[in-house]
Amino acid sequence: MEFNQPAGQNLFDQSRIVGKPMPRVEGPLKVSGHAKYAFERHDVVAGQLHGYPVVSTIAQGRITEIDTSAAESAPGFRGVVTALEIGEMPSPFAWNFAPLFGGDRVSHYHQAIAVVVAETFEQARAAAALVRVDYEVEEGNYDLEAAWERAREDRSEPVSRIGDFEGAFAAAEVTLDGEYRTPGHSHAMMEPHATIANWQDGKLTIWTATQMVDWIRQSLARTLEMDPENVRVDSPYIGGGFGAKLYLRADAVLAALAARKLAEPVKVALPRPMIMNNTTHRAATIQRIRIGADREGRITAIAHEAISNTLPSGRGETATAQTRAFYAGANRLIVHHTAVMHLPEANAMRAPGEASGLMALEIAMDEMAEKLEMDPVQFRIINDTQVDPESPDRPFSNRNFVQCLEHGAEVFGWAERNMTPGGRREGMWLIGHGAAGAYRGSPAMASGARIRLQPSGRLIVETDMTDIGTGSYTVIAQTAAEVMGLPVEAVDVVLGDSAFPVSAGSGGQWGGPSATAGVYAACVALRAEIATRLGVENADSLEFVDGHVRGNDLDRLLSEMAAEGEIISEDTITFGDFRRDHIVSTFGAHFVEVAVHALTGEMRVRRMLAVCDSGRILNPVTARSQVIGGMVMGVGAALMEEIAVDTHRGYFPAHDLAGYEVPVHADIPAQEVIFLDTLDPVSTPMKAKGVGELGLCGVAAAVANAAYNATGVRVRNYPMTLEKFIPGLPTA
Amino acid sequence: MREFSYERIADPAAAAARAAEVEGAKFIAGGTNLLDLMKLEIETPVHLIDVNGSGLDKITETPEGGLRIGALVRNTTLSAHARVRRDYPVLTRALVAGASGQLRNKATTAGNLLQRTRCPYFYDTAQACNKRVPGSGCSALTEGAFSRQLGIIGTSDACIATHPSDMAVGLRTLDAVVETITPTGMTRTIHLEEFHHLPGDTPDQENALMPGEMITAVTLPAPIGGQQVYHKVRDRASYAFALVSVALIRQPDGSGRVALGGVAPKPWRSAAADAELPNGAAAVVAQLLDGARPTEENTFKIALAERTLAALLAED
Repeated sequence: MEFNQPAGQNLFDQSRIVGKPMPRVEGPLKVSGHAKYAFERHDVVAGQLHGYPVVSTIAQGRITEIDTSAAESAPGFRGVVTALEIGEMPSPFAWNFAPLFGGDRVSHYHQAIAVVVAETFEQARAAAALVRVDYEVEEGNYDLEAAWERAREDRSEPVSRIGDFEGAFAAAEVTLDGEYRTPGHSHAMMEPHATIANWQDGKLTIWTATQMVDWIRQSLARTLEMDPENVRVDSPYIGGGFGAKLYLRADAVLAALAARKLAEPVKVALPRPMIMNNTTHRAATIQRIRIGADREGRITAIAHEAISNTLPSGRGETATAQTRAFYAGANRLIVHHTAVMHLPEANAMRAPGEASGLMALEIAMDEMAEKLEMDPVQFRIINDTQVDPESPDRPFSNRNFVQCLEHGAEVFGWAERNMTPGGRREGMWLIGHGAAGAYRGSPAMASGARIRLQPSGRLIVETDMTDIGTGSYTVIAQTAAEVMGLPVEAVDVVLGDSAFPVSAGSGGQWGGPSATAGVYAACVALRAEIATRLGVENADSLEFVDGHVRGNDLDRLLSEMAAEGEIISEDTITFGDFRRDHIVSTFGAHFVEVAVHALTGEMRVRRMLAVCDSGRILNPVTARSQVIGGMVMGVGAALMEEIAVDTHRGYFPAHDLAGYEVPVHADIPAQEVIFLDTLDPVSTPMKAKGVGELGLCGVAAAVANAAYNATGVRVRNYPMTLEKFIPGLPTA
Repeated sequence: MREFSYERIADPAAAAARAAEVEGAKFIAGGTNLLDLMKLEIETPVHLIDVNGSGLDKITETPEGGLRIGALVRNTTLSAHARVRRDYPVLTRALVAGASGQLRNKATTAGNLLQRTRCPYFYDTAQACNKRVPGSGCSALTEGAFSRQLGIIGTSDACIATHPSDMAVGLRTLDAVVETITPTGMTRTIHLEEFHHLPGDTPDQENALMPGEMITAVTLPAPIGGQQVYHKVRDRASYAFALVSVALIRQPDGSGRVALGGVAPKPWRSAAADAELPNGAAAVVAQLLDGARPTEENTFKIALAERTLAALLAED
């Protein structure tokens, strides 16, 4: 099915199930431990051996020797694969920027350079520790500040230039020119990367944890120079990803190579202390934002320039992404610098681009409002746009940002906020309020599914879609139940197997809307097949209700239709070009109250509100869960998360969950989430958009603005740790 | 993790004798720190002596009116003990500021005193660390290193690690005394002040224990009353090591005792600084952190210590 025009009135507008709150269908499996994650899949193949990675301890250079002799005589040792014996391997994918394995080059700290296999995990770990490696160390480039100094001098081609920014900025009545910094972030998902690999008759099966089953299948095939048809990937449960599991990682490559060499199944998990340097991270950024406005607060000029670290061939963090379209203004300039640095691989993390960009832009908007002596919420409202500011002929498909701000302000009690920075104190605590806008693109990706109507009347949905904790199982079950007129309990959803039709996968907040649209398409195909079997020409003249198919003077049980054998249908939704005539995005507004200790600078978030405009919300329970998770991540980004760089050795030294702090329960207050009742007919047949990344966008800036409002100290450098406030805090 | 042998010895004197006899032996009790370090091969004992059966898990009254806390008393038990809560509240407050409920259920009094630093360069065996490998150098002290969490006073050119314990900071204000048994069966007492060593040129030698010597108890003198508080400042609300922590005992006449955590290789307290307490936080911290040698990244700890103490003094 091609989605080639905006959705009209359809069955989802009278939905019984889609859009209704529903707990996760796989929830009982997860809380009882029956949902097996990759490393725990002891039953899929007998005789699993354990592989333990050996990783480089330099950031840049060449391996001159790998001595495995001591490891080979260790108890339980079964085999070893080294990067030198394998040699350079083809790059797995256009968006993998660091070599995962093979050859003598070291591109970053903790790059995988060998895997040692033994009978038990402990034996493999102990043997791996005996591998001795010699290097030729090379100098690397690890300092983003130095790169920024150079970049400021160069005349990089802008990503876009509209009107005359310099002239309008110089002429503006009120201007801001600010520099902002965001550190690198680690995904820190709960489940480490893990893979079990097994070869049989030249065919490879991996049981793994990935967000994108087909990308991993293709990537692994390319890396191993084999036909993708001979690679099977299975990933039914994933313990979080946030972008860390979008692309093939070393666990799968090491497991596959070791299993091939030993001709036995091998499992490999990346140990937690290796993950932060071995895998990917969100790049650090330095951003310069200039805004000019007239006295009434209308933006006349806006420029956003950003630099971020990347390995050679990488794209860097597109922190300027939202600024191209979020606010109005006739004169615009966007510049994107990449600093080639030899740190671990910078790549996608939840809301890549916007998450970092809004951390800066939404502080700048707050600062500008203050210069204008305006309510920062009002300043954003005034500068709303319903069309692409770079190309005014191109409208937003459905944009309700103003309603997010207005409704949020009312619910939060924005009018009663502290108006004077540093002006409200309760005992030892300074109280502040802040708001920020949220913006995140909502792409759609082709997505397929197969539907199997059973003689029992049950429905099986098969797609390689993944559920990374987001609720895919549930919204897919809801969709199929809705379209086929069955209760959700009659639908079995099976995910994450490359034997199933290729789906959109989970990334870029496209998964929910795209995958459900694909299931819708496959269900429509099933309805058509049933109509054909009933001799009914127009499938739309049939109603599918309560387990029956009715219409044209017919009333049959669905189970009866399949009495002779299951009925299988399959389809893929594709998205037509008309979508590109619009900007399809999601919007939100965040409101935060913080308390900052007047003496120590300790900060506690006291309440948070998010108002989201994401089109139809497929399931308010799982959607809320995603948004509050995003808000937690935003608090982390605001207050504590930083993969600090050792700029001498070129790595992230605090590379475990004690050194890289994420919020604990005690950091998170009452969270309120409101979904506006909006529909976006341009997005998908269900008029739904993504929500999983929107929940993070803008949160950190709302916290930052509240911290400023509480203290009168403006910090432009994340995380907002207390030493950045202390010089400006009261002394008593 | 390296291969090791394991045995249980209930009798403390026998355990100490055995530990002295087997080179590379270590005691294990809660294991909350030791096992993690063994997995990373930062600790590589060849033999573990499990002393959990030694019966040193009682809290008893001393003839002087103080408490004798067995080495194996779990942090949770100690923090919840009625006498501790009533007479030594700074200890309860310090304990519950540390780790997590699960870890405190396992962690012991002696083990808490013996826990190793959380310096990230100590934790990465690929990096130079004089504490882990004597003479290998100190990655934390080189240009470009990440040192925000590390020590500002009592450190040396060989090591700037801190001691991570909260409990020890509380104990320090209570003038606690460590009791031990030696491999020859002798007992001795070590004032907590003397227990942890400053790094100097030998940061691997962290305390006064002789090879095989085992902690049997920590004793507290008779209660001294006063307002007893503990404030731990960190980047998140719970489950993190201190940037700075302050233990304070304050008497109605304004005199008292102050110890700092998160700044030094041991709980940091001095009589001269205590004497400044009537003159306020700035006077105390100026005395207590006199001679501090912070890095650029952690120089804020000086102001933070003063402000944290001021916050405690401002409380009624």
